[in-house]
Amino acid sequence: MSQSNRLTGGLIDRSVSVNFSFNGKNMQGFQGDTLASALLANGQRLVGRSFKYHRPRGIFSAGSEEPNALVQLRKGAAQEPNTRATMAELFDGLEATSQNHRGSLERDFMALTDLFAPFLSAGFYYKTFMWPKAFWERVYEPIIRSSAGLGRLSMQPDPDVYDHGYMHCDLLIIGAGPAGLAAALAAGRSGAQVVVADEDFLPGGRLNAETYAVEDMAGADWAAQAWAELQAMDNVRCMTRTTVYGAYDHGIYGALERRTDHLAASEGRPRQVLWRVYSRRAVLSAGATERSIAFPMNDRPGVMLAGAVRTYVNRYGVAPGKRVAVFTNNDDGLRTAADLKAQGVEVTGIIDARKGESLATTWGRKGLTAVGTASGRSIEADCLAVSGGWSPNVHLTCHQRGRPDWREDIAAFVPGADLPPGMSVAGAANGAMTLAAALKEGHAAACAALGDLGLSPAAGDAPKAEDETFDIKAFWHAPGKGRAWVDLQNDVTAKDVKLARTEGYRSVELLKRYTTLGMATDQGKTSNMLGLAVLAEASGKSIPDTGTTIFRPPYSPVAMGAFAGRARGKDFRPNRLTPSHKWAEEQSATFVTTGNWLRAQWFAQAGEKGWRDSVDREVVQTRRSVGICDVTTLGKIDIQGRDAAEFLNRIYSNAFLKLPVGKVRYGLMLREDGICYDDGTTARFSENHFVMTTTTANAVLVFRRMEFARQCLWPDLDVHLISTTDAWAQFAVAGPNARALLGKVVDDLDLSNEGFPFMACAECTVCGGTPGRLFRISFSGELAFEVAVPARYGDAMIRALMQAGEEFGAIPYGTEALGVMRIEKGHAAGNELNGQTTAANLGLGMMVSKKKDSIGSKLSEREEMNRDDGLRLVGLHPVDRNDMLNAGAHFVELDDHHPDMFSDQGYMTSVAWSPELSHSIGLGFVKRGKDRIGDIVRAYDPVRGKDTKVEIVSAHHIDPEGVRQRG
Amino acid sequence: MIINHPLLGPRDAAEFVYLGDASLMDRPDGMTASDEEMHDYMYLRDNPAGEHRELWYHEQGDRSWLVVTRNTLTHEITMVELARDVARSRGRSK
Amino acid sequence: MGYSAFKVFWQGLTGNKGWQPAWREPDPRPQYDIIIIGGGGHGLATAYYLAKEFGVRNVAVVEKGWLGSGNIGRNTTIIRANYLLPGNQPFYELSLKLWENLEQDFNYNAMVSQRSILNLIHSDPQRDAFARRANAMRLSGADSELLGPDEIRALCPFLDFDNARFPIQGALRQKRGGTVRHDAVAWGYARGADMHGVDIIQNCEVTGIDITDGVCTGVQTTRGPIRAKKVAMCAAGSSGRVAALADMRLPIESHVLQAFVTEGLKPTLPGVITFGAGHFYVSQSDKGGLVFGGDIDGYNTYAQRGNLPVVEDVCEGGMAIMPMIGRARLLRGWGGVMDMSMDGSPFIDKTGTQGLYVNAGWCYGGFKATPASGYCYAHLLAKDQPHEVATQFRLDRFRRGAPIDEKGVGAQPNLH
Repeated sequence: MSQSNRLTGGLIDRSVSVNFSFNGKNMQGFQGDTLASALLANGQRLVGRSFKYHRPRGIFSAGSEEPNALVQLRKGAAQEPNTRATMAELFDGLEATSQNHRGSLERDFMALTDLFAPFLSAGFYYKTFMWPKAFWERVYEPIIRSSAGLGRLSMQPDPDVYDHGYMHCDLLIIGAGPAGLAAALAAGRSGAQVVVADEDFLPGGRLNAETYAVEDMAGADWAAQAWAELQAMDNVRCMTRTTVYGAYDHGIYGALERRTDHLAASEGRPRQVLWRVYSRRAVLSAGATERSIAFPMNDRPGVMLAGAVRTYVNRYGVAPGKRVAVFTNNDDGLRTAADLKAQGVEVTGIIDARKGESLATTWGRKGLTAVGTASGRSIEADCLAVSGGWSPNVHLTCHQRGRPDWREDIAAFVPGADLPPGMSVAGAANGAMTLAAALKEGHAAACAALGDLGLSPAAGDAPKAEDETFDIKAFWHAPGKGRAWVDLQNDVTAKDVKLARTEGYRSVELLKRYTTLGMATDQGKTSNMLGLAVLAEASGKSIPDTGTTIFRPPYSPVAMGAFAGRARGKDFRPNRLTPSHKWAEEQSATFVTTGNWLRAQWFAQAGEKGWRDSVDREVVQTRRSVGICDVTTLGKIDIQGRDAAEFLNRIYSNAFLKLPVGKVRYGLMLREDGICYDDGTTARFSENHFVMTTTTANAVLVFRRMEFARQCLWPDLDVHLISTTDAWAQFAVAGPNARALLGKVVDDLDLSNEGFPFMACAECTVCGGTPGRLFRISFSGELAFEVAVPARYGDAMIRALMQAGEEFGAIPYGTEALGVMRIEKGHAAGNELNGQTTAANLGLGMMVSKKKDSIGSKLSEREEMNRDDGLRLVGLHPVDRNDMLNAGAHFVELDDHHPDMFSDQGYMTSVAWSPELSHSIGLGFVKRGKDRIGDIVRAYDPVRGKDTKVEIVSAHHIDPEGVRQRG
Repeated sequence: MIINHPLLGPRDAAEFVYLGDASLMDRPDGMTASDEEMHDYMYLRDNPAGEHRELWYHEQGDRSWLVVTRNTLTHEITMVELARDVARSRGRSK
Repeated sequence: MGYSAFKVFWQGLTGNKGWQPAWREPDPRPQYDIIIIGGGGHGLATAYYLAKEFGVRNVAVVEKGWLGSGNIGRNTTIIRANYLLPGNQPFYELSLKLWENLEQDFNYNAMVSQRSILNLIHSDPQRDAFARRANAMRLSGADSELLGPDEIRALCPFLDFDNARFPIQGALRQKRGGTVRHDAVAWGYARGADMHGVDIIQNCEVTGIDITDGVCTGVQTTRGPIRAKKVAMCAAGSSGRVAALADMRLPIESHVLQAFVTEGLKPTLPGVITFGAGHFYVSQSDKGGLVFGGDIDGYNTYAQRGNLPVVEDVCEGGMAIMPMIGRARLLRGWGGVMDMSMDGSPFIDKTGTQGLYVNAGWCYGGFKATPASGYCYAHLLAKDQPHEVATQFRLDRFRRGAPIDEKGVGAQPNLH
């Protein structure tokens, strides 16, 4: 079988033959073929199976509306399911296989389903498969699932990369058919910034498929010439293989450019680029889609849209059949016959519905052999060209909920008045069904858009063409016995539509959902209009009274990978690195993700068997001597202005007005609804200069809220905010030797307890003149400082600190040890500040000043938030010291044999193994917790099969008096 | 969507963070407001189907809070103002 | 008429000519005991349970469009009872139990498919939070499990275990979670309610709520006035607009949530998978499409459509967690308007007006709640007392300081 159906002529390059395979069978085509045209050239009519009945399916169209000819393209990880053969350009080595069958395509075991079709009418599955109950997941659903679906994913990571791009233009022209080209020429010649995009690899639209002339040239030649002119213009971006798939708010369009799908391999180049086009105006010139007619047994391979037949004959030089019959309700059918005859293809009959003729049946199990007319005549045909008229591609006009209008003279919906702002429609998409009209409309639409923008169009008229005739008489559904398909892929027949209506699913939206009409991969492009017409017929109503068909993005399906772009794998989100990251890597630190930050979690040393060894050592050594931790990730906000103190006093729930210069204060921040939001310390460096720290997680949010308060609530307070999180590298230096260590690093500052007491702060220099800041604050509970230097010195600083600490055995510690020490000390962190807890819950109720108005103070006074039996933060110790505690356990009473959500006494928030106490410890919230110190309850953890007796203790497991940090 | 920033010109809405109804600027003074006033300020919204004055924050930009007048049925934006100016015009000061 | 395999068989033999309408299309009568405003899932479920469980049959459901035209047909079809707080979890557990018997109860196959839901865990604090939740679920009588990476790898080998920005450390699994054929829920309830005598009146928009001296007496509609002893608002997505007819302001903003489906694929996913760190959740429909979604767009809107940044954000999440979906094509997207409440939790309550009731504020979680919402609303309407699992869904909870804030983000609807 070597291209037995190839004719002469066409827009393919016969000098380049291309080898490909279908279901393992080797075939040849030419450069410029699609997989569909090449399959037809090779006489391959059966290409797939339908969704529900597994009926044989052939190529139905020549464009992106194809419902039948879906194949799996490529092999291995690049396997691509549900690819339309009509959109797949042929390349050398292309491998395609058919899908959705068991056994071979020719002998699909699942085709037995078709025998049971009477029992599988619309929505049958809603009426059965209910008994016995357990059978749904075990029996029925697995059967349904394995027979449903179409293609298969490879289940391996997509090997290709995808890019995102952004474009700005005065005018976006969607579709480069005659209307689009006329628009692009008018706009391009005027000097406007133009983007013109077409989903085909060959611009020209129907000009490439028909035999019309434009400006006294063959239409395809004129298109090529126009495209060349546009490509030569610097102000015009010409894009083929680019589908504008969606119209979004404010002139933003989404477009998908297929860069390497027509090549054997992408070789590292982006496979596709997802463009976001910011347009000032747009012209939609997306043409029209031909529709079929519902007549009995209209689904056989060989039944094809008439326009597609002309495309294959004229553009690809391929005869879709040797003996072709034509069934039409408009002039296109006659044109099809003429084009076929011109190429020497036999036309065995023309059934013109306008003359009252119709088809009553077809024959041919795996491919059409003959059709039977309503008058009882049988006509031999291996291909039937059907034209039920054309539906303008109004899709993008509906993306912002626009509704199309019905036009009786062309029996089609055309764009309504409520277009997306900035969009106009031209050509067949607008219902201008002749070539001359399309050219004129395209030209006029571009000129009007330019006028709107205050640009003057270049002189000149629309390109000229003969106005051919377009006469149509609506004809949707041929009566007769046998199933008449409305949706070819999903196997929805006219009977199904009528049955659904009978059963009460009368709105077109209910109909679609009940029958699955229009839910196939063609998004209803070939089925919605027919279905609506059949419903209208059954209801005895007109089509516009029955409903409309509207569309949502995308215009045609878009690969998930393209939407995701480069944001995958490790690049899914940015990595924020701390100033000591490189140094930490050198120390073989293990890193943990906190938000987008990567922080050192622990620093394993040789001989340590697991993370606990490292963490315990870091805690012990810090508490025994000195440890250093990068705390740069904490949010830092620089606050300046004459009203800075007043501003802080309103942001924090505790008092800040009287914080002395040179001092730091712990501050508690509420949300306006009275729940604890964030905490941290704020240092006052001068009368009008404060530096705030926030938690790592809330750094951005707190800053945003403070800007809100500053700009929207108190716009005249003299205060300014700058986020300096990334500007300063900050290190905690903690442990009994912290002072001695820092004494070697900090220049000329009295670090004695008197000279620089607990909660002191100062601007200073370090390492002989590097600007720095020093804070005496402690998260670990030890004698501790935090030293900050401009971020660019962060790497040098950690090295200087470690070097200075060598004599003390200073060690770096990571977030785990930090967590252990704060739990030992009883400091609340993210697990306790979970957005659901009040200051009272945290034992910080006294910090909410009632003497002033601050964010959240008023609403924190509501009754349910101040119940005596509310949750209180406490510490927990296992009664059996060998038990390990788990965060997330709930607390229940010892004698509670049937605990439920109402006898629940609280929950464990954080746990750690305390090297100091040599057992597991926890923090948690317990109802009336402060009154229950010393009580024993159970840490109930059924999900991990644990139930542990714990004693309620103070949250301050070590040094409750704070002696060490003040030392 | 595109927000025409009064200082910076048209910017993609993705540069902004949305807060909600511009009435959130009308915070009562916590020392004098009644419980009811504070509750209504925090929790009740007009939530109109149509023109809506709302707060957007230019987080990926100049950190201005803006009051955007936008139609919640069509998304058409008819006015963009600096929130600080609006706050002052509503009598807010210190 | 009852549905059964035998009926399908018999009708098949006789040309499918004997099927009857699934529901009547009655004209509104002048008066009902109860009018339910909104013929979506919750409204239809309320009517069904009122008639079937509480013996109140003189009920009308009035619907502006066609039945089920709201969010019951615009969601990602997930059912689950994996909430944390006592105000919520028992309610959702009741809902899951009702789902489990729904099809036999209303004689309609809604394809309740309990194939489990996995919430992936990527950090220690997240594990702690999920452990707390998993235990809370157990305390409510629901099932929950914590899985380790190896167990997840065995279930879902296609997830990104080796190159992920946020490595998978575990998952919370609820085996009884899953999916339901969403439209069929509306149809099943509509058919069931109709069989019990409820009038479902489509294409009938409520244009006014009649209130005299603080008592609600009926509604004005595009098909004339209808009197009623009780009027039940149940129009999530339009709650604000309906409440405005009664001069009420609600603690609700309207936002759009987009959802998406891919082209049909052979069986790919074992159940529902959620990737919270990346704003992505996905399941596979019986037809084969991967149904997925993510965050709400985040701005007030009544337009049933969203914008590109969220589409991209959602797909990024998908590719980050399951890079094998790159070549699956997104076929269709849609947007549903959500009642985003101030704490992310709903309202089933009386109002300040006698005889006027509210069911609203379902955020993006209304689908799974459908049976329990209908049941508890019916309970409230029939008995004027809240059902025991729905006692917290009160409008005055913010006045009292008792929000039900699962996410802990406060009174900002677009964060819930």
